[in-house]
Amino acid sequence: MATLEIHDLHVSVEAENGPREILRGVDLTVKQGETHAIMGPNGSGKSTLAYSLAGHPKYTITGGTVTLDGEDVLEMSVDERARAGVFLAMQYPVEVPGVSVSNFLRTSATAIRGEAPKLRTWVKEVKGAMERLNMDPAFAERNVNEGFSGGEKKRHEILQLELLKPKIAILDETDSGLDVDALRQVSEGVNRVRETGEVGTLLITHYTRILRYIKPDFVHVFSAGRIVESGGAELADKLENEGYEAYQTKGGVTA
Amino acid sequence: MADNTPAGSTTDGAIQVGGPQQPIDARVSAPASYDVADFPVPHGREEEWRFTPLARLRGLHDGTAVANGGGVKVEVSAPEGVTVETVGRDDARLGRAGKPVDRVAAQAYSSFEKASVVSVPKDTVLTEPVRISVHGEGGVAFGHQVIELGAFAEAMVVLDHTGDATLAANVEYLIGDGAKLTVVSIQDWDATAVHAAQHTALVGRDASFKSVIVTFGGDLVRLHPRVVYGAPGGEAELYGLYFTDKGQHQEHRLFVDHDTPHCRSNVAYKGALQGEGAHAVWIGDVLIRAAAEGTDTYELNRNLVLSDGARVDSVPNLEIETGEIVGAGHASATGRFDDEQLFYLMARGIPADEARRLVVRGFFAELVQQIGIPDLEERLIAKIEAELEASVA
Repeated sequence: MATLEIHDLHVSVEAENGPREILRGVDLTVKQGETHAIMGPNGSGKSTLAYSLAGHPKYTITGGTVTLDGEDVLEMSVDERARAGVFLAMQYPVEVPGVSVSNFLRTSATAIRGEAPKLRTWVKEVKGAMERLNMDPAFAERNVNEGFSGGEKKRHEILQLELLKPKIAILDETDSGLDVDALRQVSEGVNRVRETGEVGTLLITHYTRILRYIKPDFVHVFSAGRIVESGGAELADKLENEGYEAYQTKGGVTA
Repeated sequence: MADNTPAGSTTDGAIQVGGPQQPIDARVSAPASYDVADFPVPHGREEEWRFTPLARLRGLHDGTAVANGGGVKVEVSAPEGVTVETVGRDDARLGRAGKPVDRVAAQAYSSFEKASVVSVPKDTVLTEPVRISVHGEGGVAFGHQVIELGAFAEAMVVLDHTGDATLAANVEYLIGDGAKLTVVSIQDWDATAVHAAQHTALVGRDASFKSVIVTFGGDLVRLHPRVVYGAPGGEAELYGLYFTDKGQHQEHRLFVDHDTPHCRSNVAYKGALQGEGAHAVWIGDVLIRAAAEGTDTYELNRNLVLSDGARVDSVPNLEIETGEIVGAGHASATGRFDDEQLFYLMARGIPADEARRLVVRGFFAELVQQIGIPDLEERLIAKIEAELEASVA
């Protein structure tokens, strides 16, 4: 069973007046089949955690370890992490002009699976996944994220999640900017992947709204660069009612 | 040469439009002429020279470059039914498509000794391309080629430039009524070559002209693809792709002169750049004269910058003198293949070099498909990949 272990992770970014520490000792273990919600106020470092795990060059790891089944994730390049089974659904997916969705998906699946998927089954697989996400087939011929609406971008991220079948899926504010219908469809996509029991999910969100559709096993409150409280799904209800204020003082850190 | 000066124009570069004779761009400093003496030596401040590093032209612009016999070797292989001749300067078939528009083209016209004339007789439809190989052998040369299609003829011509040379040339395309000509001009020069050329097409009634310009090599390449229409109903598609590497200057200056009613033109050029000092220039001039009612034209330039230190100058110009047209538009955009795109693709398991390939192949795909000659398309894709390999290394 795949396990992602984050231990005492410290991360900095370059700022105008030297490096600034964003993550200040994150400890978290995510196992295949589990869903962890990470909730916290803006600027608490949630997205930094997501991007650091995926290996974005903007973030410098200054301490701690991240392993996937004992393998050192921090030693891996971005593409190696993806091939090892780490998937990041981005909050702001990037436009890639000149590359069609269908070409992109196939190249990606080939890289992740280690061999090119057989064309006939692949076409079916993509078509089926797109239908389930209520995506127009014409979508496949458009350039990656170019001119996509917010909802289309998120559906496209979840489409990749369904096709690439990672061990660990990090969903960075996948709910942001979605209307209720899109949120429901995207959540259903995530749930289909979760139901396989083969993915560990790290659901990063500012709002509790998405948790009505995706039930987490664990909820962690993130504040000032680390996890300040962990609990079950009931913790989300508490946050819904009380907000993050209590944690912002509790964190007691001024950035 | 008095006949080079259209009535009513001034000689110092006034904007002359609608003149009955030779087309005059809005932005040139001298009227077109066959005679090099009619052009002042450029200094680099002139509108049509301001992007070009004159010092790297090896004297093609100021008369100091002299043909030395060891310049280029031209070989033409043509399918049956095509006439290929090598002719002298006085052959009456030369110079009919249009006059040279800048000093270097005029220098070429004033200096060449032998010209190739390729004629496809009327009604002849070729199934195999005519291949013209221009191989540089290190020297200075002035070239002239004429490709002529009789009425309703159909042909494909590949102009393949390789090796090292300092070459100034004119290429004329005379496309008879209802004829169809596709020309692929490949500039696959060695890194040291200098190549300046004017390609002028005279498109007959209901004729089609398709040009695909592919520029990879050379230290400096400066091409002037031009289209004029001899009669209504003509169509021109001008495509181009260039891959500008470290230190290279590649300049494509297009001009479509719509002086005849009911003609169409479509221009699409795409370039990728990488490396310090890579400089691409694209000028797209389209002039719709008052007489050219029913014109339909569109021009597009896209650039993809793959690394720091590269520079693109992209200047679309559309001048319209009649409102009675079907359509006219232009678009230009220069984008960067940036770290965020690379991160996104890598985060989906795609290795960095493959990610770059994916983006560049996708970028050029629609233009490569325009070529329609499989072995050539494969060669170009291989070339693009090799350029990318070099950048990763």
